[in-house]
Amino acid sequence: MVLPGLLLAALIGLWQIACSTGAVADALDLESFLVPSPVEVAEALWESRGLLAENAWVTLREILLGILCALVVGVGMAVLMHRWRLLRDAAFPLIVASQAIPVVVIAPILVVWFGYGIGPKIFIIALFCFFPITVNALDGLRSVDPEAVKMMRTLNASRWQQFRRVEAPAALPSLFSGIKIAVVVAPIGAVFAEWVGADAGLGRLIQSDLANYQVARQFAAVVVLSALALALIGLTALAERHVVTWR
Amino acid sequence: MEPERRGSQTVESPSLSRAALGDSIVLRDVGHAYGELATLDGIELELPAHGVLGLVGPSGCGKSTLLELICGLREPDAGTIEVGGAEGPGERLARCAFMPQRDLLLPWYSAIDNAALALRNQGMGRREARAAAGGLFERFGLEGFEAVRPDQLSGGMRQRVAFLRTLIAGKPVLALDEPFASLDAITRAEMQEWLAAALRADPRTVVLVTHDVEEALYLSDRVAVLSARPAGVVAELAAPAPRAADRDAAVTDPAFVAAREEALRALRGSKRSP
Repeated sequence: MVLPGLLLAALIGLWQIACSTGAVADALDLESFLVPSPVEVAEALWESRGLLAENAWVTLREILLGILCALVVGVGMAVLMHRWRLLRDAAFPLIVASQAIPVVVIAPILVVWFGYGIGPKIFIIALFCFFPITVNALDGLRSVDPEAVKMMRTLNASRWQQFRRVEAPAALPSLFSGIKIAVVVAPIGAVFAEWVGADAGLGRLIQSDLANYQVARQFAAVVVLSALALALIGLTALAERHVVTWR
Repeated sequence: MEPERRGSQTVESPSLSRAALGDSIVLRDVGHAYGELATLDGIELELPAHGVLGLVGPSGCGKSTLLELICGLREPDAGTIEVGGAEGPGERLARCAFMPQRDLLLPWYSAIDNAALALRNQGMGRREARAAAGGLFERFGLEGFEAVRPDQLSGGMRQRVAFLRTLIAGKPVLALDEPFASLDAITRAEMQEWLAAALRADPRTVVLVTHDVEEALYLSDRVAVLSARPAGVVAELAAPAPRAADRDAAVTDPAFVAAREEALRALRGSKRSP
């Protein structure tokens, strides 16, 4: 943590110097309030802390539920596709294709159909997140040593026991890789979903601050969002260390 | 019963009241092919209960396939296989425990949990299963390593845990696929002595696949030499001193040396061109 911290401090320091001397504003030929310095961002962060916290909670709820849905659907599909070859051959190309559909197109339609509620947002986040989870879970399941499964068969293992004792644990490291990717992508999905139609949330706040030229607070909201993403990744890594105890 | 000492390992004989497990095995005209490629052809073998059969042959001749066929993991394309009189694949599977070439200890379980897998699969609770397996850990010189993860065990210890796992399944037939292939020569000799002692104490029907003729002759009652693909049995020899307590003496005995030469001759002669 020390090295990234130092680098970050150095970058922030440079940014502060650039802003307080007015260098950036002059270079871009803008008003100075449009290019806030780190100090101004910190001030906005502190002043609007209530508002930011409220909206952060809204966005966090969406992210967590979206990831949960992605996990259930992603792992479920991976297990089914692993079990039935026919299903994998049929469904996998469609799943890949689903990622190519521009979410820019889907999201507004969902808002028209289902309104400003949390539903469409969860759907959009899950849409972004389930693919890395599915692919990684499936790869993890396929990486299981067939010799180990053979050995289990002669040790009286039923199909379920083979899955539970050999295949599922073997797939966990891959699954966590997928979850880490999903966790990073989810906040982006949340912000985007809120832009399309929302009453609250950090994405919504950023959008309205943009319209009102509240640039400092906008940056502050981004800081909060980044902190959320970091916290989620940290939690995932912690969970991984707790679950995958053999690596 | 007096405990037997072999080096630093102690193996105790079981109490007389426990009936020894073992099924006879009969193969009649067994053939198998992978698609177009004929692997086995006209295999005829018989093994009485508690007998140990060694299978040697050139690499890739289908020894492992034959083992899988016997265990019920596969069905032969031709011929019949009977284990303890039962012919069906499910029945053979129920009677055979398979020990694969690589130990395949599951890295997410401790040594004792790995060993107790068969018991857990049968529905035994974790504590009970660990208690049942724990006794054997002592017997086989693995005491103190119960809670250790496989990646922290040496090669020889891993093979012993894997063998324990196979043994604990309580099946009458053990199918061992080159169990010591991955070990260095010194460890291998030690493990052969250890296995011999284990089988003397707890006899089972064993089919042992190995590329090491000496190992086969030391551990088995009879050794079958297989030819190259499509493999048939080109020779069957009786071992002069199966599982003798003193390995060094047994292996240098003239009868043993003669048997080994005969087996090697059969092996060399069996290498047909494809």
